[in-house]
Amino acid sequence: MTGRRPPRSTAHDLERYAGLFAQRTKVMKSSAMRDLMALTERAEVISLAGGMPDTSSFPPETYAALMQRVADEACARALQYGPTEGFATAAHCIAEVMQAEGMTVDEGELLVTTGGQQVIDLVCKTLVDPGDVIVAEAPTYPGAVPTFCSYEADVVQIEMDEHGMRIDELEETLDRLDREGRRPKFIYTIPTFQNPGGVTMSLPRRQRLVQVAHERELLVLEDNPYGLLRYEGDRLPTLYSMDGGEFVIYLGTFSKILSPGIRLGWAAAPRPVLQKMNLGKQAADLCSSSMTQLFVAEYFASGDWREYVNSLVGIYRGRRDAMLEALGTHFPREAAWTQPEGGLFIWATLPDYIDTTDLLARALDENVAFVPGRAAYLDGRGGSSMRLNFSGSDETAIREGVRRIGKVVAEQVALYGTLTGAAPAAPPVVDEHEAGQVAEQLADVLELPRRAAERRRGRAESDR
Amino acid sequence: MSTVAVLQGGRSLERQVSLKSGARVEDALQRLGRRAVAIDVGSDLVARLEEASPDVVFVALHGRDGEDGTIQELLEVLGLPYTGSGVAACIRCWDKVLTKHLLRAVGIPTPDFHAFSETAFRELGAAQALPAIESQLEFPLVVKPAAQGSALGIKFARTAADVPAAIVSAFSYDRKVLLERYVAGRDLAVSVVEQEDGSPLALPVVEAVAEGRDFYDFEARYEIGRTRFVCPAELPAGVADRTQELAVEAYRALGCAGFARVDLMLREDGELFVLEANSVPGLTETSLLPQAADAAGISFDQLVERIVAMALSRAPAGR
Repeated sequence: MTGRRPPRSTAHDLERYAGLFAQRTKVMKSSAMRDLMALTERAEVISLAGGMPDTSSFPPETYAALMQRVADEACARALQYGPTEGFATAAHCIAEVMQAEGMTVDEGELLVTTGGQQVIDLVCKTLVDPGDVIVAEAPTYPGAVPTFCSYEADVVQIEMDEHGMRIDELEETLDRLDREGRRPKFIYTIPTFQNPGGVTMSLPRRQRLVQVAHERELLVLEDNPYGLLRYEGDRLPTLYSMDGGEFVIYLGTFSKILSPGIRLGWAAAPRPVLQKMNLGKQAADLCSSSMTQLFVAEYFASGDWREYVNSLVGIYRGRRDAMLEALGTHFPREAAWTQPEGGLFIWATLPDYIDTTDLLARALDENVAFVPGRAAYLDGRGGSSMRLNFSGSDETAIREGVRRIGKVVAEQVALYGTLTGAAPAAPPVVDEHEAGQVAEQLADVLELPRRAAERRRGRAESDR
Repeated sequence: MSTVAVLQGGRSLERQVSLKSGARVEDALQRLGRRAVAIDVGSDLVARLEEASPDVVFVALHGRDGEDGTIQELLEVLGLPYTGSGVAACIRCWDKVLTKHLLRAVGIPTPDFHAFSETAFRELGAAQALPAIESQLEFPLVVKPAAQGSALGIKFARTAADVPAAIVSAFSYDRKVLLERYVAGRDLAVSVVEQEDGSPLALPVVEAVAEGRDFYDFEARYEIGRTRFVCPAELPAGVADRTQELAVEAYRALGCAGFARVDLMLREDGELFVLEANSVPGLTETSLLPQAADAAGISFDQLVERIVAMALSRAPAGR
């Protein structure tokens, strides 16, 4: 029998299986940019590209004690399958977290998932046929892009400004789709501290979005991983809390308030939708990890989970401030960036003649990395923007990383000046009219609070 | 049983492709009954080579360091026989400007071009010559880094306004940029493999056909599913032969050895132009050389065996 197989594994030979691959694998892109991103993981690179929370601040002795208690009290259960919807003890914890953000949830309307990412997958699995429309923000969460692609969705992206998704544009788009006889399956939004935009949807827009969903009977997927990581400003109500349990599917996760390694997230949704998602989850993985659900339950039972979140808020606030200050110091006058009140990301937009995918190749020479803006679009836009993460590096690394990016950007700005005949060394003179034009160009990607940026830049300059 | 060190990975922008190429070569070597030692190239390279003590080194590195003569120089110093082209040919292929000058010198057609270093723009005011360059080369023109293995940094400039940004992008990858006349036509590639008698054999022509996209979208060429490769390319009688002949001429002019891939354009009027040559072309499942070899009835294992045998036969006795 052994003679029928070659002596060694031939698993590298993709073409032997090519005829077996599903059509949808063709739209799962393998691009030059993805190859570039793989290089950001080199040890010597300061990566502002990731989206990683800082798990190093979690006390190892707490971890050990919790695991010991799980072993003592529920060893067999931890090692066993659990119910698809998750343990009731985990659902209590989830209800507590949602309560902290002003939401009350019926625990029967919860589905424990394997990370928040699985909610996106299950919502697509439940709602999307090939060619169906999903409405998302522009830019959108880069990690949702491959999920949308794998379900062969037609993603329509709606511009944002500093108040989040432009609901007027959303309504125009919905009207247009309606005229074309196409009904979007759902609207995907991260209203609070958006990834990658770093902006938060204003209260009037939240109200209007929920109204639109009700008027048109459309589902909204509210992705809210960062809501509790607020560093300034007042909390805004979630879409879920405003909806009354009708059209909003809520995505929550323990990844950013406890640990992404435990792979636990959840969905709260109207029961009929949740039941379908439950069937989808059965097919996908039967249930999420019993072990980590019990770990979370012990963690919540053993003390106040908010304390750790508060400590993270303190750490991340300092890192955000360090990044904003470094941007003011090291990025050129023509650049603009968002001022997130929370979350993990800043979205920076450079002059439109700079291509951030190419810039990344140059930045990697300087051992620094970011996510090129194109990763957040499905239509090739975002070429002059970048996503910067401030949660995964300490303040010193953030300052140094931004300094290095600023250096390569400055080189390119100067070179462009030379090529176009503008004065190479002197800072470009921007009069009011031109400034308006620059702002307009930036609005193609994401409208930015330019005045605030200029104020802060003035302060940074006076500090020098 | 002979030992083959398979160099792969490294720090170049094409690291991922190289890892795939290397993994496939390892598999093939094992099936061929040779001992394969995979080495992800890093600062411990020399030590790892000494430890592996290979009979021959398979260079499955793409991009900077692997394809530009650097690794080859190091292997010469260490006295280890290696696959593919030698130092000089790698340098000639890696620098597209040098390639084009050499091709032009021996009368092989290549699109008109001008090339400039960053200092030419920064210190010598070359920007003021851009209008003259643009009028000579006409629009659209192609702007690319002089040295970069993949499609990264290659841009089309449709008007004069597009040129400065395209140049800035190209300088992200190299200190020299190439502005080249755009040749509208069909995108062809010919892989060349050395035969046992040492003479180069051109494999069937591969055509890259972009599917349902802007013709100028270079990204498409490198994304699986957006470009279809046809091998052998459906070409008018005589054109395939001419394409192969021209590729072999370029291979010889550049002094390549072992194997290489030559990229060409077939203009609408039937004229052929050589764009560039790759001294270490991709060996992944979607790469063109293995596809062309397959079309010629040469399996991947046979291809690898032939490349390794050539390298061993070139190994100077007594080293």
